[in-house]
Amino acid sequence: MATVERRTKPIYEGTRIPSPVPTILAVPERLRANDDIQQINFGPNHPSTHGVLRLVVDLDGELVVGLRAVIGYLHTGFEKTMEQKTWWKCITYPERIDYLAFQSNELVFVLAIEKLLAMEIPEKATWMRMCLLELNRIHSHLVWLGTACLELGAISMFWYTFRERDQILDLFEMVCGTRMHTRYFQAGGLAEDIPEGFYEEAWKLVAQMPKGVDQYEDMIDQNRIWLERTKGLGLLSAEDAIALGQSGPALRASGVDWDLRRDQPYLFYDRVYFDVCVRENGDVWDRYKVHMDEMRQSTRIVAQCLEQLQKLDDGAPWIADDRKVVLPPREELHTSMESLIHHFKIVTEGYRVPEGEVYVTIESARGEMGCYVVSDGGAKPWRVKFRAPSFVALQATATCMNDALIADMIAIAGSLDTVMGEVDR
Amino acid sequence: MDPWWIDIIKGFLIINLVLVGFAYTTWAERKLLSRMQGRYGPNRAGPFGLLQPIADLIKLVRKESFFPMSASNKMYIAAPIISTAAALLTFSVIPFGPGWHIWKWDVSGSVVDAPIALILVFALGSLGIYGFIIGGWASDSKYATLGAMRTCAQLVSYEVSLALAVLGVVIQAHSLNLNEIVHQQGEQFWFFGPQFVGMVIFFLAGTAETSRPPFDLPEADTEIVAGYHTEYGGMRWGLFSMAEYVNMITLSGLAVTLFFGGWHGPWDPLGPLWFLIKLAVVVFIFIWMRAALPRLRYDQLMRFGWKVLLPVATLNAFVTALVVVAVK
Repeated sequence: MATVERRTKPIYEGTRIPSPVPTILAVPERLRANDDIQQINFGPNHPSTHGVLRLVVDLDGELVVGLRAVIGYLHTGFEKTMEQKTWWKCITYPERIDYLAFQSNELVFVLAIEKLLAMEIPEKATWMRMCLLELNRIHSHLVWLGTACLELGAISMFWYTFRERDQILDLFEMVCGTRMHTRYFQAGGLAEDIPEGFYEEAWKLVAQMPKGVDQYEDMIDQNRIWLERTKGLGLLSAEDAIALGQSGPALRASGVDWDLRRDQPYLFYDRVYFDVCVRENGDVWDRYKVHMDEMRQSTRIVAQCLEQLQKLDDGAPWIADDRKVVLPPREELHTSMESLIHHFKIVTEGYRVPEGEVYVTIESARGEMGCYVVSDGGAKPWRVKFRAPSFVALQATATCMNDALIADMIAIAGSLDTVMGEVDR
Repeated sequence: MDPWWIDIIKGFLIINLVLVGFAYTTWAERKLLSRMQGRYGPNRAGPFGLLQPIADLIKLVRKESFFPMSASNKMYIAAPIISTAAALLTFSVIPFGPGWHIWKWDVSGSVVDAPIALILVFALGSLGIYGFIIGGWASDSKYATLGAMRTCAQLVSYEVSLALAVLGVVIQAHSLNLNEIVHQQGEQFWFFGPQFVGMVIFFLAGTAETSRPPFDLPEADTEIVAGYHTEYGGMRWGLFSMAEYVNMITLSGLAVTLFFGGWHGPWDPLGPLWFLIKLAVVVFIFIWMRAALPRLRYDQLMRFGWKVLLPVATLNAFVTALVVVAVK
């Protein structure tokens, strides 16, 4: 099997940014010379490109010798659109950027607003946010597991993972009426109180989830084909992962013990017990394992959040009492003139956010999700920029692709867990 | 020998039965897969979705029969026909009953009672492969070419093991005639006992030969879209699909004939029924494997075929020959 040499010199000569690790796999001269290379477009329309990723692949028979990822087919201009919307309308946009980890994106933007406003959030809202965030992480990982298995030909797993995913989506539907893109978080807390019966249903999921993960592992962990197709494949060293700015499961699978939930706690992550899942080898198998372990840990966190939520009083506030930002309660509108004015101002003009710029990061299902917001003191954001973990993960595609066959390429690209909506934004 | 018109009636009957079998294998596959995956599968067209294959057929026939501009026309059109014809022909030598005496004619249990039936099966199988390869090549598409390359490599490699796996049975039965092989199994024992290794190899190589999961590399949809039939649509695609399913049914029939006593069962007058039941069980295993296993990778497939199956199959044939000689 031909070996593919790593390029060591920077690719983007002439720019200020040195690229220590190549993000393009170049065809070796030796192979290019003998005119035996077939170039194929994998995507943008292809059954396994996670949306509309285009991989321009040079093939030597079945061996991938050159690879270049082309993005931009799902560019929607969300960041620009958000500049035209009032702060509270903007909240719906980040969710649609990453349609699998919608709540973490929602949260990161809401946290940025709250940081600018210097708001205090009620305890109930914070616990609930954490609870939903972890449910969302499980949801995202389940979809990842299903599609990753589908790409390796284990078609049944897809439907099994959707069993638990559906349970989670039912919970989301319960709290806010929609199954995806919930818009349940908003500046100051939650959009509505936690509905009756939510805890019981959530506890059912907490009881079911570890069994579900065990079942998935039973299905493929001992499978020789699965083992051979994932172990030692798509290797990414810790140094390369850091140099490429990787985060989330891809980084932890390469042996870097880094999780923002623990190392830079937000919400109440410093008040719950959980383990950060780290694996050493950085191959597809380790990424798979990290995802599986994280589902278990997330279930643990959900259980702790539910316990804390149930300790709180029934009437505990779920949104901050700040009339300049938060809509007044419905019943006050008929009795209080002031409330009516506040309501009118927030709905028509939107609330104003003090001038300034913030950068907030959280650990989304895919890694470090960052949100950079600039406010000019008006009712609309002046600039919003997201640091999308998928976009960064995609950079590692070519680096992982050493001695890969076509089938491996699909497995590796899948294991990096990219969502194209988030890459192109 | 049968008079010619009995052959025609039998041929007509069997080819239609096989076609119905193909249609309902697709239905059974979709239904079984769905139940294994916790969903319902087709349930709109007719009771239990039983009319689904017919609806599919009408849909396929009515589709626009386009072909790519750069495709090599004659080859492109001929490819699915070659595959389907070869697949349907193969079934003619599979015996489905002991033969009957109706009025004044002796009617044998297969369409053609050929003395070299087994060789014919492999010959026709090899012809069918041409269809896949030509189809992939004539489409003038990179994915189709990749698929044809994979088909070539996989089917040619595994055919060797398949033939060698059968050799044990041939040595034991002293015959290439399938009717004769089944008769012998009725008199002594079913060959899956003494030829257990041969049966396993036959089944594995057969799965690869019919491009069924986990050996479905030639049409691995997540890798090379649809392999050699990427550029095919409508009933031309339908013919390829038919060829594949008919191949699977034929292979299951061959497995039943060679290793599981063909039409023999607890009560011999019901011969064809036993044959059908055994056939259904083998087809079920094929479908089951699809639900359970991930796909192999190209190099693993080649390694498995040449380094595992082939030596074991050769050894099996060799040992069988030694034992048969020693017993004599």
